[in-house]
Amino acid sequence: MAEMRLIDAVRQAMYEEMQRDERVLVLGEDVGLKGGVFGATDGFYAEFGEARVLDTPLAESLIVGVAVGMAANGLVPIAEIQFSDFIHPAFNQIVSEAARMRYRSNGAFGCPITIRAPYGGGVEVHGGLYHSQSIEAFYAHVPGLKVVTPYTPYDAKGLLKAAIRDPDPVLFLEHKRLYRSARGEVPDDDYLVPIGPAVVRRQGTTLSVFAYGQMLHETLQAGSQVAEEGIDAEVVDLRTLRPLDTETILASVRKTSKAMIVYEDNRFMGFGAEVAALIAEEAFDALDGPIVRVAGPEVPAVPYSDPLAAAFMPTAAKIADAMRRLAAY
Amino acid sequence: MAVQNPNATTATTRHGALGLSAEDLLEMYSHIALARAIDERMWVLQRAGMVSFVISGQGHEGAQVGVMWATDRQHDWLVPFYRSLAACLTKGMTARDLMLGLFARHGDPSSGGRQMPAHWAHAAHKILSTSSPVGTQYPHAVGIAYAAKLRGSGELCVVSIGEGGTSQGDWHEALNFAGIHRLPVIFIVENNRYAISVPQRLQMAVDDVAVRAAGYGFPGVVVDGSDVLASYEAGREAVRRARAGEGPTLIECKVERLTAHSSEDRQEKYRPTADLEAARSKDPLVVFKHYLEQVGVLDEARYTEIHNRIKAVVNDATEYAEQAPWPDPATVGRHVYLEG
Repeated sequence: MAEMRLIDAVRQAMYEEMQRDERVLVLGEDVGLKGGVFGATDGFYAEFGEARVLDTPLAESLIVGVAVGMAANGLVPIAEIQFSDFIHPAFNQIVSEAARMRYRSNGAFGCPITIRAPYGGGVEVHGGLYHSQSIEAFYAHVPGLKVVTPYTPYDAKGLLKAAIRDPDPVLFLEHKRLYRSARGEVPDDDYLVPIGPAVVRRQGTTLSVFAYGQMLHETLQAGSQVAEEGIDAEVVDLRTLRPLDTETILASVRKTSKAMIVYEDNRFMGFGAEVAALIAEEAFDALDGPIVRVAGPEVPAVPYSDPLAAAFMPTAAKIADAMRRLAAY
Repeated sequence: MAVQNPNATTATTRHGALGLSAEDLLEMYSHIALARAIDERMWVLQRAGMVSFVISGQGHEGAQVGVMWATDRQHDWLVPFYRSLAACLTKGMTARDLMLGLFARHGDPSSGGRQMPAHWAHAAHKILSTSSPVGTQYPHAVGIAYAAKLRGSGELCVVSIGEGGTSQGDWHEALNFAGIHRLPVIFIVENNRYAISVPQRLQMAVDDVAVRAAGYGFPGVVVDGSDVLASYEAGREAVRRARAGEGPTLIECKVERLTAHSSEDRQEKYRPTADLEAARSKDPLVVFKHYLEQVGVLDEARYTEIHNRIKAVVNDATEYAEQAPWPDPATVGRHVYLEG
């Protein structure tokens, strides 16, 4: 057991899986000697060699497409997309190919690939429009894909190992701000955190807040702020966006009767809309207030300049305000 | 062979020089003729309202059978496209397999009736499932080849596309990657000069797709795709290179599209009559038959025997597929993820 950062947990998960199973390999831009722009594969090149730590040409569609072919022929690829903002050239390979391989072959072919993609804003080095995006809504829509985003280093290691061993394609979204800000105990041994189940990070009775990634940090802070005012927020870490743990969500709403979803993406048709629809359909009778979404504004992405970036991001203060309004409803 | 022309000895014939026996030739011919007969039957069924859609490989069969004959048809991979009917037959799929797909029946080995016809797949024959977006199969093929090289399996991968598909970024990305890693992959471009209706002059500024191979660091060759033996010869050299670790080869087969793009298309609207008539003279089935007659491998009795057998196979496959059960609607939700 050691305390480590989330990026170290990601690295450890891949390192152990590559040691455990020689079919596992990583491919992407700068994953080789440089060890990735965030250091996720630091030291891998020396340990596992060029063939299994594969620096690819600068071509995201290729990275995913090659991984699909590798998987068809017995390998277990981990494809790194350097920033999630650059994943879109691979949309066709992910949505039309990887996610449909099993369905369209009536179960004859699978696609056991993991696609890692750092996402999100609010990082010390601001990313601007093309290094800050949240992309989960595009991909969580797609049957055949699994979409995961860890909050703690413990989960990052266990969920990533589960993703690598999963027989189906997993989009593994890593919030860039959590890479270095999230720290926690991570066991040295081999363990899995199953893809699917959500986890309650803070028990509460006044209202339920559903969040994931960096927004959990803001939400938990907001929860502490309003606790002094007698608002007892329950905070649920969704962890897996597809398949969604509807049971945990509905149980929490039935307990508190009030629901809020916090996400960093812009609000319209974002992931929160699906959670809101689920609650409206399945727990309408339990509700004692409107379902609330706290999310980014309707602009294309996070702007670069400090004041503009800050204006974009949902923060603990904004979330706390929304909690107060919902609690008072 | 009893019918062997005494004047056409192994040393003097083109096929003899390539190491192909009379039996090889007859088998190759049978595959081409069977592919054609299945394809023609599919159109009849579509026009009769028995099935809803056909997309055709007529005119491409000689190139496909020629190249595939040079591979190890059990051991190697095929990543097909929607005109690869003859290649899939050569790889081991049966007429029944193909007809089940056309009729979209439960037993369709490609997709269980989930995909449109001509989206072939067969795991046991190492034919990868493909989609409709053109070009996406190329990165898959190089991924397969990379895995083969890393695992030391000795397999190679053949992947096909039309000339229109070479305009896609995925096509370029795949060739670039394969060149870098000298992968055991054979890139086939079946150039029939039309991408549905768009002629080659509006698809690219070069006459031959094959010249682009130079930009990826490996050879590109042009072959007359109506010439089965020329296609075989190009395939054989590409296979040799792949097995020797010398890397990929791009083979551009100049073929003719003898039918409209699909059953939803009317090519008379955009192809001049003279062009359509000229295409007929490059029919690989006719050209190859002529060669076999010339070298004395095919006489009338043998021809009749082969075509009677093919007719029986196609009739059997049609009846079999027509009577085969539909997919159970309750299975619509199956195989989205691995079922435990």
